[in-house]
Amino acid sequence: MPGVVWGPDVGSGLLALAVVLPVAGALLILPLGRHAERVPHLLFMAGLVLATAIAYHVWIGGVLTAAIGGWPAPLGIVLRADGLSAVMLLTTALVLVPVGIFAAGEFQPRTADGRESRAGLLFWPLMMGVWAGLNGTFLSNDLFNIYVALELLTLAAVPLVTLEGKAGTLAAALRYLLFALLGSLLYMLGAALLYGTHGTLDLTLLADRVRDDASALIAAALMTAGLLAKTAMFPLHLWLPPAHGGAPAAASAILSALVVKASFYLVVRLWFDLFPSLLDDTGATVLGLFGAAAILSGSVLALRQARLKLLVAYSTLAQLGYLFLMFPLAGGGTEAQPWTAGAWSGGIFHAVSHAFAKASLFLGAGILVQGIGHDRIADLRGAARSLPMVIAAFGLSGLSLMGLPPSGGFIAKWLLLTTAMASGRWGWAVVMFAGGLLAATYVFRVLNRAMATPEQPLRLVQPVHQSRQLAVLFLALVSVLLGLVPAIPFELLQIGGGLSTVEGFR
Amino acid sequence: MTGMLPLLILSTSLVPAVVIFFLPEAATRVRAAVNLIGALAKLPLVGLILDGVAAGEQYELRYTLVPGLDFLLRIDALSLLFLSLSAFLWLLTTLYALAYLRDGANQSRFFGFFSLCVAATTGIAMSGSLITFFLFYELLTLSTWPLVAHRGDARSIASGSHYLAYTLAGSTALLLGIVWLEGQVGPVEFAAQTGIAGADPNTLRWIFLLMVGGLGVKAALFPLHSWLPAAMVAPAPVSALLHAVAVVKAGAFGIVRVVYDVFGIGLVTDLGLGVPLAAVASFTIIYGSLRALNQSDIKRRLAYSTVSQVSYIILGTGLAGPTAMIGGLVHLIHQGLMKVTLFFCAGALAETLHIYRIQEVDGCGRRMPVTMLAFSICAVGMIGLPPVAGFVSKWYLGTGAIEAGQIWVLFVLAGSSVLNALYFLPILYRTWFRPATGTWREPLTPLPAAKVWGLVSPAVATAVASLASGLLAAAQPFSPLGWATLIVTRDYGP
Repeated sequence: MPGVVWGPDVGSGLLALAVVLPVAGALLILPLGRHAERVPHLLFMAGLVLATAIAYHVWIGGVLTAAIGGWPAPLGIVLRADGLSAVMLLTTALVLVPVGIFAAGEFQPRTADGRESRAGLLFWPLMMGVWAGLNGTFLSNDLFNIYVALELLTLAAVPLVTLEGKAGTLAAALRYLLFALLGSLLYMLGAALLYGTHGTLDLTLLADRVRDDASALIAAALMTAGLLAKTAMFPLHLWLPPAHGGAPAAASAILSALVVKASFYLVVRLWFDLFPSLLDDTGATVLGLFGAAAILSGSVLALRQARLKLLVAYSTLAQLGYLFLMFPLAGGGTEAQPWTAGAWSGGIFHAVSHAFAKASLFLGAGILVQGIGHDRIADLRGAARSLPMVIAAFGLSGLSLMGLPPSGGFIAKWLLLTTAMASGRWGWAVVMFAGGLLAATYVFRVLNRAMATPEQPLRLVQPVHQSRQLAVLFLALVSVLLGLVPAIPFELLQIGGGLSTVEGFR
Repeated sequence: MTGMLPLLILSTSLVPAVVIFFLPEAATRVRAAVNLIGALAKLPLVGLILDGVAAGEQYELRYTLVPGLDFLLRIDALSLLFLSLSAFLWLLTTLYALAYLRDGANQSRFFGFFSLCVAATTGIAMSGSLITFFLFYELLTLSTWPLVAHRGDARSIASGSHYLAYTLAGSTALLLGIVWLEGQVGPVEFAAQTGIAGADPNTLRWIFLLMVGGLGVKAALFPLHSWLPAAMVAPAPVSALLHAVAVVKAGAFGIVRVVYDVFGIGLVTDLGLGVPLAAVASFTIIYGSLRALNQSDIKRRLAYSTVSQVSYIILGTGLAGPTAMIGGLVHLIHQGLMKVTLFFCAGALAETLHIYRIQEVDGCGRRMPVTMLAFSICAVGMIGLPPVAGFVSKWYLGTGAIEAGQIWVLFVLAGSSVLNALYFLPILYRTWFRPATGTWREPLTPLPAAKVWGLVSPAVATAVASLASGLLAAAQPFSPLGWATLIVTRDYGP
């Protein structure tokens, strides 16, 4: 097979490096302390180059695998990157660079008077930890390594919520930790069950050995339940808004854009790659109904928030719901209309464009808090005039949330909608339309306020550095760009995808 | 080259839009220059394509977004009807807006979105498939909103929300119709229908209802029209954009596309959808005129007049006979030219003499003779009197109705003309025959000459164009009537 290389080779070296780089970064930044100001940016840039290189390798040569130390599975650790992994890696890197630039204004290891700040020192190693966890999740091909990566992700992400040390965020972080650990536990139980039955943890080997029996079903259900708790999927979602809404803006952006996507990514991997024949209509419908409930309840709750950051956090709940519509819809349209490109791609597209849009929204909210001193939606009058770039970015990211063109969100919705309608599954289409209209209502509720002329001109309480505004705008533009040139990520996604990603579960 | 031209035309509006967004607020001259260069560059390009299409040339650009979703620009004769109107009016409206908004706030935002609206309209005109049409249609919806809400006071914000609530609901219906249809028959391109007639007739009727209903919001079809009069709180150049250059026209144009190029006239007739569409349009014509009658605000009266007049286009489309089709299509141009003049003049009255209500125009014909002459020409045209353009539209619609065997339409046309006369003639009477009674205020300092010129000359240009389209209607094929005839005889002939 071309491109599948065992042993030390450029491609496999890249995969190993993608996991090693953030870990090394954390180890480097910790002892350097206040001398490490520029190190994170260099690492993030290197990460972007690395992710691009991996994506390029996958694009040219197909699925990339690396057996660390030359030991093949089941003995050694095997890393694997197909189109989906490459897209997720690239998304992570592309979000991290602007978030890093944004965070540099807030989390300096040294305060203005030269002292070391606790938040400034801790933020960067934690970010590296999150990054390592994400890359590990996307590249591991082994249930145990995935568990390690997920735990790393949790243990780095939860402290990010509490960095500012406010009382409310501590409670939120504890709740987050509780749900995340419960999720890990359930996942571990499922993984143990599979290992006990089949004697391997390697995903590729397991996929061949798993049968449609009760033990597999129980294992799959346990792991899925655990991952749903980590994804904040309805009905295990209530920990998310206070945690994401209360964290510092840069942390919220990473949590909402990337961290919840890692566990979603694993749900996709499990069902489409590991148990494609195990999911019957009922199971798929239940997952879809969770998604629908998340879309509707999340959007309605977002509408009722008085604070911008909480609105954005509830919107994450709603947007995560769309991802789970891919399960009942997968493969549905292909029989009726061969041209429908499929719900699987639609779901992934949604995850990616939401990552950029949501990161931009959280960073934008952070700038508003910095610039005008609060994020009360009712008092945003004049913001469009004082911080035009931020409000423009809010509007552009809003396109993805509403699923309107031109945006990656529209392409995702189009893929999901055409599948739903071509296979006559009206209900899911109606939910998506309703979700779009509700999103429009909460997006324009904010824009309406920001566009209004205030009685007194709005004065910025603190100047906002241009580079931070540009970081917000950049992320919004990427979410729009995904709607203008979707063909490249779309084709990359298809590389190495199993039959189930095209034809559904049977 | 034939693929590049549509892209080039699109970029004449899109590039200025993007550039203007990034210009600092103080760069007034640069902004005006960028805008005007775009508008001026567009005209010869459109002229080039007009000539090419008249000679039977094809212009097409295709780009696959994802499988089953092609971005397709294709220019046919019908595209050019809308394209040339919006290109011509964009130039004049820009000149007008530069004068109107002198010293106003948020100009970069305003002109950026203004150019973006025109870019969207250009895209709508050139769309070669349903989904491409939808992409630009949504872009138009969204880029118009900041213009409607431009002033930022409570009324503007409220009317902006009103506009969005209607148009986004309309877009949802339209998208549902598109996805449903494509779920049945695959991707739909204009003028390349094969499989659609095979689908279930009742499903097709529902799809038609969803699409026309969705498009009817922008076309201000009764009962989906109420956002349009509410939006008249926006500055006058925005009204011109809403009523003549872009928004309502996009809705009407979309309905024309759906009837002619998605379903096809034959299928629409077979499904029994043509006459009901014409009936809804007729009801809207009479209803809009009746509501216009009891408005005392000039811009509100003009807005209800638009509700009525745009439905002529849809009436002609629904009647589906060749002559009625010509009447409907040519009214797309004629209504645009006349209505933009009326709004230019209303804006000039408000800016110069603070005249907003009909009772206030007494005697202003002597104070602003050129403006009011332009207004009068187009008011007469709206009523449908020769030799102004409106007469031609009504004549073709009337004969088309007889040809299609729908005699009742004549009563609608006659009734509407009487109502038009009833709500326009009092304005003209007050303007020219009543003495000035101090109902208007002179500005404290005389307006700068450049501003006066900027407000008046676009109105004169469009009034002359309205008159010329009536007088030279027979000039083939580049008069509006000539072009509409070419469209119907060449592309949709029996």
